[in-house]
Amino acid sequence: MSYWYLEEVATADVAFEAEGRTLPEVFEASALALAEVMVDLDGLSSALPHHISLTAEDLETLLFRWLAELIYLKDSVCLLFGRFEITIREGTEWALEATAWGDRIDYEKMSLKLDVKAVTYHMFLLEQTADGWRARVVLDI
Amino acid sequence: MQFKFKKIAEGIWEAPPTTKEGMRVPARIYATDELFKEMDQGVFEQVTNVACLPGIQKYALCMPDGHWGYGFPIGGVAAMDTATGVISPGGIGFDINCGMRLLRSNLTEAEVKPKLRELVDRLFSAVPCGVGTKGFWKLNQDEFREVMVQGAQSVIRRGYGWPEDAERIENAGRIPGADPTKVSAKATSRGIHQLGTLGSGNHYLEIQVVYPGNIYDPELAAAMGIDREFQVVVMFHCGSRGFGHQVGTDYLEIFADAMKRYGITVRDKELACAPYASREGQDYFKAMVCAANSAFANRQVITHRIREVFSDVFKRDARDLGLDMIYDVTHNIAKIERYRVDGEEKELLIHRKGATRSFPPGHPELAERYRSTGQPVIIGGSMETGSYLLIGTTKAMEESFGSTAHGSGRTMSRAAAKKKVHGRDLLQRLEHKGIYVRAASFAGVAEEAGMAYKDIGAVVDAVDRLGISKKVVRLQPIGNIKG
Repeated sequence: MSYWYLEEVATADVAFEAEGRTLPEVFEASALALAEVMVDLDGLSSALPHHISLTAEDLETLLFRWLAELIYLKDSVCLLFGRFEITIREGTEWALEATAWGDRIDYEKMSLKLDVKAVTYHMFLLEQTADGWRARVVLDI
Repeated sequence: MQFKFKKIAEGIWEAPPTTKEGMRVPARIYATDELFKEMDQGVFEQVTNVACLPGIQKYALCMPDGHWGYGFPIGGVAAMDTATGVISPGGIGFDINCGMRLLRSNLTEAEVKPKLRELVDRLFSAVPCGVGTKGFWKLNQDEFREVMVQGAQSVIRRGYGWPEDAERIENAGRIPGADPTKVSAKATSRGIHQLGTLGSGNHYLEIQVVYPGNIYDPELAAAMGIDREFQVVVMFHCGSRGFGHQVGTDYLEIFADAMKRYGITVRDKELACAPYASREGQDYFKAMVCAANSAFANRQVITHRIREVFSDVFKRDARDLGLDMIYDVTHNIAKIERYRVDGEEKELLIHRKGATRSFPPGHPELAERYRSTGQPVIIGGSMETGSYLLIGTTKAMEESFGSTAHGSGRTMSRAAAKKKVHGRDLLQRLEHKGIYVRAASFAGVAEEAGMAYKDIGAVVDAVDRLGISKKVVRLQPIGNIKG
């Protein structure tokens, strides 16, 4: 599992690619790439667990909703997450169940960086590769 | 793609509809030779994608500060027929009604400099910025719904502003047509506690000075409240915060579904759209207006905090300090306006994504105060280079659907800027230049370095020469709060 940021895409925003051997891994790598834009992950505790349950017709939409949910929780309950346990199942729809561990936003305790406004569908990609899965996401800053 | 654009007049570059399959109108970029050469490839792809959208009129436009965005380019303007055209959240941006507000003062640089640190530090506390911050005003659901409908006017009535502030805001700070039932519970819970906060990224609050030689039209400047050299003004840049971001996210998904039903295909999923006249199109418009009104309210609450801080620091009443509003513009919005197309006056839906309205003298939508001068246009620059105050023109109505540039426009990605300069070093360099900065994050500061942006002077000269707005005053920072 890994992620990296793309330098010359969507000039004012942040683009990243993430890879994982499995779907949960690429979802986890994407969540970490998102979190690291907002906070220094080394200084983020895993004190508070939060359960997330999502469904979608297809995997791309599921990844979009997963990242959008994490951005929503950042503003609504002021939580940022740095550790994840994710399961993804295919049924009539794709379903994600996850526990995310993190902490409440606190400028005294953590090193905060940029606020992310939204996940965009610009150049959005989730594809199967020879080694697993790869995602590409542009975040609106 | 850039080579497909031909210079058709000084400052105007155009690609014909044959450039790309599906283009309904030409794509047009306003830029000097130099700005055009520097534009990133994303702009050319994106402005030609916009030219493919159903119902687009005359041409898809990009302003001189244009750069690669998502869906539309930043700097994009598109006018849609309200009967046959679409509305696209990607033509507005997630930060609905992100905009600029400018306050004047009676203070001079000499009076402010000795208290600059105290002033900036106090403002930094009074106007929270950065990731996930909350404002001081705890609203209940009813109060927030009132904000969605009545915008800045609701805030002014509660005492966070002066009665005359409203007429110095686009649409008097209250765009008609809001319907809070079209807003999700998620959007409400995301934004209800954020009124009075600045946000992050390129959002800022700045104390600026009018230096000698920087007033280009003294009469117009005086009409707007800029009446002396070394005068201090306060400018800030922010939008609808998490509330608007969630409205955009919600409807992006709704539109992805709706497009299948309406048989619309787009070249970039971020251009998801629905017919403006459809149920989905109308629902989004009503929710988007709620977010736009909340952004006017957000900037109104911040204005109140700025007046409180100045009043406290200078031990004088804010009215005595002359902290009047000059104007408030929105640069991420879609609005119903009237223009002549092929000799016929039409009602159009104007998308502006990183573009500012530029209404001329005599426009019926302008408040009495600016009816004879035209609408003030606020173009914000980077924290190093300064900003400009301009005025709207008749040429903008004829040429650019009443639109002009909105900022200096980025040329360098955030990652690239961070590699070139460290936030702490930049803060020191700015301090040597006499600009005191307080920032929520050092990394955020580095990403907003002046070198990451185009030359704002070149952008402003381009729109001035094109005649789509007229340069009035240049404003240079001495203090900055960086989100």
